[in-house]
This record gives sequence, structure tokens and C-alpha cells, in this order.
Amino acid sequence: MKLNGGEILVQFLHDEGVEFIFGYPGGAVLHIYDEIYKQDKVKHILVRHEQGATHAADGYARATGKPGVVLVTSGPGATNAVTGIATAHLDSIPMVVITGQVATQFIGSDAFQEVDSVGITRPCVKHNFLVKRVEDIAITLKKAFYVATTGRPGPVVVDIPKDITAPNVKVDYVYPDTIDMRSYSPVVKGHPKQIKQAVDIILSAKQPMIYTGGGVVLSNASDEVTELARYLGYPITNTLMGLGSYPATDPQFVGMLGMHGTYEANMAMHQSDVLIAIGARFDDRVTGDIEKFCPQAKIIHIDIDPSSISKNVPVDVPIVGDVKRVVGDINALLKEKDIKPDQVALDLWWERIKDWQKEDCLQFDRNSKLIKPQFVVEKLYEVTKGDAFVTSDVGQHQMFAAQFYKFDKPRRWINSGGLGTMGFGLPAAMGVQLAHPGASVACITGEASIQMCIQELSTCLQYRLPIKVVNLNNRYMGMVRQWQELMYESRYSHSYMDALPDFVKLAEAYGHVGLKITDPKDVEDALKEAFGKYKDRLVFLDFETDQNENVYPMIKTGQGHNEMYLGSERGRGLA
Amino acid sequence: MRHIISILLENEAGALSRVAGLFSARGYNIESLSVAPTEDPTLSRMTMVTSGSEDIIEQITKQLNKLVDVVKLLDLTEGDHIEREMMMIKTRVTGEEREEVKRLTDIFRGRIIDVTETTYTIELTGSADKLDAFIEAIRAPILETVRSGVAGISRGEKSLHV
Repeated sequence: MKLNGGEILVQFLHDEGVEFIFGYPGGAVLHIYDEIYKQDKVKHILVRHEQGATHAADGYARATGKPGVVLVTSGPGATNAVTGIATAHLDSIPMVVITGQVATQFIGSDAFQEVDSVGITRPCVKHNFLVKRVEDIAITLKKAFYVATTGRPGPVVVDIPKDITAPNVKVDYVYPDTIDMRSYSPVVKGHPKQIKQAVDIILSAKQPMIYTGGGVVLSNASDEVTELARYLGYPITNTLMGLGSYPATDPQFVGMLGMHGTYEANMAMHQSDVLIAIGARFDDRVTGDIEKFCPQAKIIHIDIDPSSISKNVPVDVPIVGDVKRVVGDINALLKEKDIKPDQVALDLWWERIKDWQKEDCLQFDRNSKLIKPQFVVEKLYEVTKGDAFVTSDVGQHQMFAAQFYKFDKPRRWINSGGLGTMGFGLPAAMGVQLAHPGASVACITGEASIQMCIQELSTCLQYRLPIKVVNLNNRYMGMVRQWQELMYESRYSHSYMDALPDFVKLAEAYGHVGLKITDPKDVEDALKEAFGKYKDRLVFLDFETDQNENVYPMIKTGQGHNEMYLGSERGRGLA
Repeated sequence: MRHIISILLENEAGALSRVAGLFSARGYNIESLSVAPTEDPTLSRMTMVTSGSEDIIEQITKQLNKLVDVVKLLDLTEGDHIEREMMMIKTRVTGEEREEVKRLTDIFRGRIIDVTETTYTIELTGSADKLDAFIEAIRAPILETVRSGVAGISRGEKSLHV
């Protein structure tokens, strides 16, 4: 079959099983857009800004496990996409970003809308390619999808000059079913000797902790990890990226760990004698002061990326491999051995953990006359019966969402954990809603974050995406304000947002429903209305929340897991 | 500690910048770097001299291995190896100094490869230390120094190949 470059690209995406392209047209990709126009196999979602395209593709990928696909033009199209590419990179999200480039003969001449896209994106992609021949389009895209989705996933950029997709050059096209790259072959099976050693240590534990991260979600290993935790009866904590990979309503779950994790999770980390780290990367927001991290623990670390192992914290038993496979092997070996851990020690350990749980570290004032942000998230959880897909932006609202929405399933909690990208939530929710048209999708955000990609409200109307935007509006960049209060003697330097828009009118102007809620007693009804009466509409719920609420508990800079600050209202300093 | 890392990488545009970019992005040192295609034109061989604690070197090798263009790598300093660097050095030499520089070049087993009435250009190959020693020893004014960077290879049967 002889096809031109644009046809090959579109046909390849169809053959690869791509449902959606998130994109924005422009000069360098006009040939491709012409081919998109002529078919209806691959659906194109027109965003309002290229950053929105990348976040939407990212949200789609996180909610489905399939790679997100983006198409943008050269120059500003590519640079606008960079924030979204970096966001996906830090959270290891599979994504293929196709950027148009000026025609081959103009490369390097500072042509109109020319930028070195391969150079600009190099440090924030898993890999990138520049396609120089029509014959190379299919094989390069195949490599891109292969690299993006295997091993530790990540975004891959494919830069395609305009002349390569021109209609007049036709070459043979055959979909490449398989691909072999001599320089790229991720290890998926864990070393049996290491696994054996890990199992011995796991069974010797008296005060164990299972600490799991986003790798469990990415590897679809929730079942294996749940089986492991239940078989052993050990306490389990999730990182921000790992929430949902173990059911949050399960009694063995002790909450999220880290900077705004629960008191019990962090104390148990600190006192643990064996730490089983699975698909987690010992991020600084998780470990607190590295010098004080898990001082007594023997650490087992399972990760597909060898460079994650012993990067921040030296580990005792490293196991490189796919989490699903390795944990499956551990489970099999445990059953074969048929030895149970020391139950007396474990009972004592659980007693200590239950004592820490009595601190009730997530308590907040339920009698407040002002709307507490935690209360809104709690009500959202109740109204959606814990079954919604929840995206978030970055800041206090993100932490409240992580603390108060109890995710029982993986791929339900979608947030920018690594890069911390404000503006992520709304476009990510579009990708999620497109992937799951019938599902409840909520975007928990704040009045600062939402304005960073607010233009996507227009995209939501075009594709009739009934997202519920839960705006926790405290008229401050809440997390910035909190740090300024605690560390800069309440000098609120530029963290106050004056001249906010009327979000209700704004939502209405975009053709959606806007609701403003100022009284705690109206919170539940408003949410019910949004998910009931306005089920099929996008509803922008603007909650006027308590301006002074802070996220607690908290590990301040330079502190360890056992030095959590539980909040000034409790009349205490360090725990 | 000083390490010599040998890398086989795809001979593709941008491969070198991926390696160099990795070092600058993560704050690793590069003391020298030399690269050229191998007998297989699809592969380049790079020799990189770097320094750091054992932990840092471990991270460097892991991060390099993670680059999709890197096919294989070896830390030569982990075993017996040979390292060589080539230098061309142009010196201003007149009068009696000409004989002196010639003698010094012979001692170091170098060669004078270009001669004018006022200059010698000397070619010298050896370990980086030897080249340093020659620069230290030469009294005549140096006009120019060009060094290739270190190239290294394992001794014995051990080899880095696909």
C-alpha cells in the first residue's frame, strides 16, 4: 500500500489502536490535519492550548493505562507542550507527542515557527526522535510507542518536518507488528536470588511496613500487592502517586505517608525494622530529612528502573524488575514456604500503630461556620460513593483530596505528583472523561490553579464533557500562604489573589452550569445537584472556603518522619 | 575517584548531546570525552573520564544505561585497562632551545611533526599523566595545546562489543 507521510501517520495511529489524538493545528502539521479530516477512525480532540492537550493525553493515559497521544505544531506549539511533557516525565506516564517541524531544508535557518524541539524536550522525555525520511515514519512511531509504554514508562517526542508528511511523496506502508531495539531492553523479571533473600527478610520482620508508590499503579500490580499485604497482615502505606493501588478503606491501610501523610504512617515508617518499598522512588516529599529516614529498617526495594535504586536512600535488597511480576513471584514463594511471620510481634506492632491512630491526625473543625475544604472533599466522597475519578491541581486542595477521598481502586486518583503542575487538573479530567464517558469525574482545584488552564472549559463544551469542577476557593494560593505563615512570619508575599473572576458567570459564559456555595450546610446539596440534576453538564462548583485553613499534619523541612507537626490549633508543637 | 567509562552508543544525531546533557542536568563532572564511530558504522565508541564518590559513579553508570541510545557501557577502571591520549603541542623554539626540545621529545617518545624556523609541533601519545608531565617539563613557550581526550580499552579477553 503506497501512502504519503500524513496518511502513514494517521493509519499507523489507527493500527496501533489509538482512540484519541489531543491536539491543536498549525502550519507545520497541516498535511497531517488534512489526513485527519479525511477519516474517522482516530478521533481528534481540539484543545484550546497545547498544554491542555498534553495534560488531557496524560489524564487519559493515567485513567486507562494506555499511552496518551498528542499532536502539536512546530515552534510555540511544541514549547507550549513542554510543561505537559515534563509533567508526564516526572510521573512516568506513557505518552507519545508528535510535534510538527519546519520543512527539512529550513531546519537551522531560524525559519518561521522553528524551534529545536528535540533539543528543548531532551531533558524531559524518556526519548525523542527527529524523522528525516517518509520511509521512517512508521518504524519511528513504533519505536516511540514501544519506548513510551515499556520498562519505566514515559513521554516520547517525535518531531516530524513538514515536507515528510507532504501529499506528493508516497512510499510503501506496512504496519510494523514488532520492534527490536538493541539499545533498549528493560528487565522485567526479578533476580531469583534477590527475591529469595527478600522473602527471608520479609518473614523475619517484627515491625514491618509496606510502602508502595506510583509504580504499582503503572504496572497494574494492585492485585499482587493486595495479596502480599493481606497474606502477611502487615501495615501498608501509599505515596501520593500510589493512592488507590491498595484499598484505602481496608483496615491494613494506614494512610498516605510523607510531608502531609498521616501521623500513624510516618511514625510506623520511622519505627519499622523491615521496609518493603514497591514501585516507589524515595522522593524528598516522602522521606523527610534523609539522614533521619527509617533508622532501623532493612530496606527491600522493588523497581523497574535500576537508577531509582539506592539513588536517595541506600537499600539492602534491591530487586530490579516489573513490580507485577516480582511481587507475583514473592507471593508464590511465600506460599511455597508456608511460613507465617511472627504473629506475637505483629500484634504488638499493630497495637502501637493503633495508638498512633488515636491521635486522629486528620481532624478538623466540623462545627465551623465557614466551609472547611476537608469537609467538601469528604462530602464529595460520600455523594460519589467513593467511585469517582478525581483529578486535582497542585496545592492545599491536592493534599486535602489525597487525605480525604478514600480511593479503593487504582487509576482513580489523577494528579501531578512529581512536577507539581498547576493547571493540570481540568485538562486531565477531559482525558479521563473521554476514556470513561459514563463515569463521575471530579476535578478538585483551587481558584489559583484552575485559572492556569481555564480556557479548556471551552473544549469541555465542544465535546460535552460533564466534569464537575470542585473549586476550593480560599482567595489565596493556599499552600504558598501556608508556608509563608509557618516559615515567613505570615508575610503573604503575592499569594493573595485580588480581582478574582465571578466563576459562576465565567462557567455560564463558557456554556456550563455555575454554582456558588458559601454555607457549610449547602455543600452536600450542591454536590448532589451537580451529580444528579446536572449529571450531563459540566458544573463549576465554587466553594468559598475558610481562608486560614492549613494542611496538617506536616513534616517541615529538615525534619524526620517522627517529628510531625500536627497543627497549632491543637496547642502542640512537635509530636 | 577518577573513573574511565567506555560507552557503545548508537551512531545517531543527538546521541552525544544526550550524554553531555545528562551530565550537566545531574551535575556530574566530565574531565574529558572522546568519541568516534567504530568498525561498525552504526555504533560510536565514547570514552568518558569522570570523577566522584562510588555512589555517584554508580548513579552515573545507571543513568547512562537508561539512555535509549546507549547500547552498552563498561567502567574500565574496575579492571585492568590501557588508556591513551594524543596531544599535539606547538612550541616557540629558537637557538639552543631547539636541541633541548628535540631531546625532551625523544625522552617522552614523542615526534616532531612540523618544523618552522621558530616553531616545533610535537605529537605525543600516552596516559594523561604522561602528557601532563611533558607540559610540565618543557621550558620553551607553548603556543598551542590540543589534546584528544582519553581513549581506553580493557586488557586481555574482556571486550566491550554488541
